[in-house]
Amino acid sequence: MILFFLSSGLFLGWSLGANDAANVFGSAVGTKMITFRKAAIIAGIFVVIGAVAQGAGTSHTLNSLGNINAIAGAFTAALTAAITVFIMTKFKLPVSTTQAIVGSIIGWNFYTGNPTDINSLTKIVTTWIAGPIIGAIFSIILYLCVKFVLKKTKPHLLKLDAILRVLLIIVGAFGSYSLGANNIANVMGVFLSAAPKTSLDLVFFELNGVQQLFLIGGIAIAIGIFTYSKRVMERVGNSIVQLSSEAALVVVLAHSLVLFIFSSQSLSNLIVSFGLPPIPMVPVSSSQVIVGAIVGIGFLKGGRGIKFGVVGEISIGWITTPIIAGVFAFFSLFFVNNVFKLEVYKAPLSSVIQIDDNLTQKDSTKTNIVINNSEKNAALIKEEIVKDEINYDSTLIAEKKLNIIGKNAKKDNFWKKLTFFFSVIIVLLLIRIIYSFNNSGVDKNREIVKKSEEISNAQQELIKSELKNLNLKRAHLQNQLEFKNREIVNFALHVIRKNDIFLELKKNIDKIYNEKDIENQRKYIKELLVLVNQNLNSDKDRETLNLHIEEENHDFFNRLYQLNPSLTNNEKRLSALIRLDFSSKDIASILNISTKSIEMNRYRLRKKLNVPSSENIKKFISKI
Amino acid sequence: MLFKTANNLISAINKFLDTIDQGILVFKEGVNNYLNKEESKFSEKIELILKLESQADETRRQIENDLYIHSLLPQFRGDVLVLLEKLDDIIDTAKEDLLQFDVEGPQIPLELNDDFSKLTDASVLSVESLIPAVRAYFNDVNAVKDKLHRVYFYEKESDKLADNIKRRLFKELHDLKLSEKIHLRYFALHIENISDVAEEVANLLAIMSIKRSL
Repeated sequence: MILFFLSSGLFLGWSLGANDAANVFGSAVGTKMITFRKAAIIAGIFVVIGAVAQGAGTSHTLNSLGNINAIAGAFTAALTAAITVFIMTKFKLPVSTTQAIVGSIIGWNFYTGNPTDINSLTKIVTTWIAGPIIGAIFSIILYLCVKFVLKKTKPHLLKLDAILRVLLIIVGAFGSYSLGANNIANVMGVFLSAAPKTSLDLVFFELNGVQQLFLIGGIAIAIGIFTYSKRVMERVGNSIVQLSSEAALVVVLAHSLVLFIFSSQSLSNLIVSFGLPPIPMVPVSSSQVIVGAIVGIGFLKGGRGIKFGVVGEISIGWITTPIIAGVFAFFSLFFVNNVFKLEVYKAPLSSVIQIDDNLTQKDSTKTNIVINNSEKNAALIKEEIVKDEINYDSTLIAEKKLNIIGKNAKKDNFWKKLTFFFSVIIVLLLIRIIYSFNNSGVDKNREIVKKSEEISNAQQELIKSELKNLNLKRAHLQNQLEFKNREIVNFALHVIRKNDIFLELKKNIDKIYNEKDIENQRKYIKELLVLVNQNLNSDKDRETLNLHIEEENHDFFNRLYQLNPSLTNNEKRLSALIRLDFSSKDIASILNISTKSIEMNRYRLRKKLNVPSSENIKKFISKI
Repeated sequence: MLFKTANNLISAINKFLDTIDQGILVFKEGVNNYLNKEESKFSEKIELILKLESQADETRRQIENDLYIHSLLPQFRGDVLVLLEKLDDIIDTAKEDLLQFDVEGPQIPLELNDDFSKLTDASVLSVESLIPAVRAYFNDVNAVKDKLHRVYFYEKESDKLADNIKRRLFKELHDLKLSEKIHLRYFALHIENISDVAEEVANLLAIMSIKRSL
């Protein structure tokens, strides 16, 4: 059953191993300086060693923030932290396991009415901010040192490569150790109450209960490294290594040092021995320290390539992650407690009872009792109670204890209601934020869809107009074809008619030739002349021409009609011929009328079209 | 093991650069032998440059193999390999040029001997200035730029000298046939080409040094 409850922590450990090992070995694996297999083995071993040997410090700090004393509570807190990390990662929001678990612990505190230790919280939050900044400072100092050494020693590029390979492995091992030491608290910190009470003898050394718990957590991280970190390493590694091999080494080293500093009790003690304040043992986000270190190098290079957006995202993560995890934990605990009826916290055996020694000596019945919910003083309370039982009337004390518990319960209820109320508001706000965050994405998508629709509509319109143009062209061509066909037919008819005329002419000429009588000959010649004149006046040719003119000037005739609907066909034809730049003489010849008539017709046309006397009619018509 | 491989590769790269350096000196001697009509010495130089060229190829292939097999210089491997190939082009060009002298036997008039000699010197100097810049890339990247300006200087000098030869060929030496002029012009171009290849390597090296210092 314990293993089941531990599973959420192990899942958290797995995800930590899968993601954060890349910060340590990503650059080495990404550049293929070391194979993933080697990196995973080294990282796995050193993470476990770091967790077991040096994980207690940070776990103690988390414990002081909120001592989750029931296994179901620890399970829920770890699970909510893991789910928060999962969801936020899915939504591509900046997230860190450390901040999620701290949020969950605070959520547990709120749910159980356990007061959150503000000192611890301040210490933790300060360290979150300090971590990346110190990472940046370290990376700047280390980078300057490395550059100085390289300038002095001037190693061959290949020798430098070999040295960097070895150093990346060493620094990677150190980084894995620090990662295990610093971040094991995130994984197993909430389960301290479930730690075995007995020590485990491993011949060469002995593991106490907490260390056994950390060993399990460390193994979970190692499994995460082996099973899932390869892809992350290749991805993260490539982005880190865009700096340079030396810079990558510096970044990993700076990160490892920061994690080590915030988890090494011995170092803290050493600092204290110099009269300086102790270093807080706080789990810090490995990824955020790495970003800090990269930014540091970026600053050193004149701020080139620094993505300030990422820095801003980290700052937002400091606030959003704990709030989301905390609220989620609060509701989950409520659910687990009330639906599954599991105990998410153990009520202290007694509250802190501080007995005023002076009063005790003066009057055994006057006991001043101060209530404090701190679990830390539970042992003291028990001892005091035992003393009380020995020295005073046990019944009286028991009654007072009951009263105190009753008062506590009332206070707890009040706090629960208050926190529940605020939590609901916060959850609603968060849902709103996430909804709007999603919606902004949806809106963007909609906008994109709208734009693409507009584009496709415009394209459709374009295609339609092109189609229309093509149809018009086709129609025009069709007209032309028809006209040409008619022209051919007319021409054929014309040829036939001409043949007929020639036949008739031949017949008449034969008749004249055979006629002996001169008078008759004259008469026939006269008839022949009439026939010739008739055919000369034949409208057939002109009809053809007129037809041609009409077809060619269809639009022009329409425009003329709009100007003056009363224009006759002859006038229209005259206009068309004027437009075609024929002289009056030519027009007269074409229309088979006299030039004078043409002049008259022009005059009439000018009047009908209201052409000013100052303007040339040809120019006027060409503008139509 | 890792350091041993690195040391071996360092030796191989140095050997390769030495071979290029020697090859270009042999080229210079060879051209001078040709100009001075020292046929036997010229033939020796041809044999020597052929040997050096194949040695450079072999060393380059060895370096390429080692770099890939041991996954060394992951960030700069591509650049380094291109650099070595371009350097190999220099000795290839020098070899080709000497062979062309041998095969085509251009008739260089005595009055152009000095010009061709000067052109050869300038071209060879551009390569000679390049080799220390390449060594600096591996050992002291900040010094690369200081050494490259000499390459550019000698490249320009060889351009001028080659132009001068061509000008003299077509404007002053009226006794030569057009075919001879054109033939000699090509030889001026061939010799000048060595400095052009050196300039290409210098350009590549300049970019590579910037990449390394980032």
